[in-house]
Amino acid sequence: MRGISMNEKIQLGWRYLVLALGSLLMIYPILWLAGSSVKANDAMTSMQLFPETWRWANFSDGWQAIPGFTFGHFFFNSFFIAGVSVIGTVLSSAIVAFGFARIVFPLRSFWFAILMLTLMLPTQVTLVPQYILFQSFDWIGTSLPIIVPHFLAVSPFFVFLLIQFIRGIPRDLDESAKIDGCSMVGIAFRIVLPLCVPALVTTALFCFIWTWDDFLAQMLYLTDTAKYTVPLALRLFLDNSSAVTWGAMYAMALLSIVPCFLLFAFAQRYFVEGIATTGIK
Amino acid sequence: MFAASKPKRSSRALNLSTIKDGYWGYLFISPWLIGLLALTLWPMLQSIYLSLTNYHLLESPHWIGLGNYQEILMEDKTFIQALKVTFTYVLFSVPLKLAFALLVAMLLFQSIRGMSMFRAIFYLPSLIGGSVAIAAIWRNLFGLDGAINRVLSWFGVIPVDWINQPSTALSTLIALSIWQFGSAMVIFLAGLKQIPRDLYEAASVDGAGKVRIFFKMTLPLLTPMILFNLIMQTINSFQMFTQAFVVTKGGPIDSTLVYALYLYEKAFVFFDMGYASALAWILLLLIAALTVLLFATSRRWVHYEN
Repeated sequence: MRGISMNEKIQLGWRYLVLALGSLLMIYPILWLAGSSVKANDAMTSMQLFPETWRWANFSDGWQAIPGFTFGHFFFNSFFIAGVSVIGTVLSSAIVAFGFARIVFPLRSFWFAILMLTLMLPTQVTLVPQYILFQSFDWIGTSLPIIVPHFLAVSPFFVFLLIQFIRGIPRDLDESAKIDGCSMVGIAFRIVLPLCVPALVTTALFCFIWTWDDFLAQMLYLTDTAKYTVPLALRLFLDNSSAVTWGAMYAMALLSIVPCFLLFAFAQRYFVEGIATTGIK
Repeated sequence: MFAASKPKRSSRALNLSTIKDGYWGYLFISPWLIGLLALTLWPMLQSIYLSLTNYHLLESPHWIGLGNYQEILMEDKTFIQALKVTFTYVLFSVPLKLAFALLVAMLLFQSIRGMSMFRAIFYLPSLIGGSVAIAAIWRNLFGLDGAINRVLSWFGVIPVDWINQPSTALSTLIALSIWQFGSAMVIFLAGLKQIPRDLYEAASVDGAGKVRIFFKMTLPLLTPMILFNLIMQTINSFQMFTQAFVVTKGGPIDSTLVYALYLYEKAFVFFDMGYASALAWILLLLIAALTVLLFATSRRWVHYEN
């Protein structure tokens, strides 16, 4: 008996060791970024992860590195686009998911199959015609081509996530509300959707992070530096960086991932549950 | 598909309420339906049409039939290069990513202490891996005096200019993709949790060793998750764009010119929109064919209960 437990202890020890080394490898690039953001230029190539004297001026240098605008401006643009997109996606996806999960209507399974198919559709197929469409609306150079689609539940992933969640809510609740004379809108907004808050939070979090990082759409549609978001400004900075401005560039790169990092740190549970629900079935 | 929902309805109620439900149903899904028609179906039809024309953004489209397709498949050497790069990328990054995801999920499983902290650390790169900030890090980590070369130099390897050398540039992007194995890992973890504990107990009572249990029981029971991850990761990897655009810009000498990047250049650098549309349809057909192929082979290796 003793031998077995000793054996198991050793095994567990190995497991921890592998996991700890693995985690270190995983977060090393991020630690490296954090270290480089406070390094002076002459310390940039040193072996040490963090320098002996921290150069905070990198942050103020980076903040003003792009002529005419501060990074505050780009952060505002990013927050605005991501924030409005989150509102649009949560609202529209919730309504559509309720329709699919709770109402029986003609051709429902047909439309559901289409929804699942669009989950696999490569974005490249609609990229060019969508650009032409938005150009005909005269929307190029504005954030409308990025924001408006979010109000039309354009991410099948979120609709599917919410459908899966609503299916898990007992139907008795709707039935008794119906008997009490509650309308369909009432059932949706007063009974079912309030119970979906965890899934709605997951939707909001993923939508925020994906919109924040969605480089291609932002690059295509936001052509004017005044409209630039953080990723676009960062790339401009990256491509125009010489050895002199590396520290400042890394400082801004670090700041650009802080919002996503904070969201994840405080709401880890919602991310993990979101992936698990849609992944399983 | 329509027929399948009929029996349910007839048992439900009178025709009148069905009509009412139908009205409500379409009202509720209308945002998605409008989006589908305006932003997916209509653009797709238009894309078919454009792919059959010669169209530069400022002029009107000029019908050339299958000319674009002919040129792409017969004459376009860059297209062949983009295909090669993309297939290499997918072939290496997807299996390695899934292998890491499964390995770490197995290590994390059986809720050892600190499991949620480890899970968070392993998942974090998936969440921020697509950002420009990460691309900036990658350029340096794989640079001449970057960390990778330093670690290799301990083993006597001469520094390699990973990013600027055609033979190694793509491997930095593959590494970036593998680094983001977190979401596949979370799906595997959820799958492992669904395997009943008594199955493990029964197996070990029967005297099966750990390796045997893994290959004869755990792995077969996980195959539905493996299929799901395999399909989603393959589809996503075929469309990889941002990393190639920011880290290597497709170079050096087109060695990292992935398909989506080539398509982007045709459409928005050269404004050859008809040609780009044809490229997009070839990509769609490729992805569809691969998905069908994966599903078809899955009957042989995916284990479904019942």
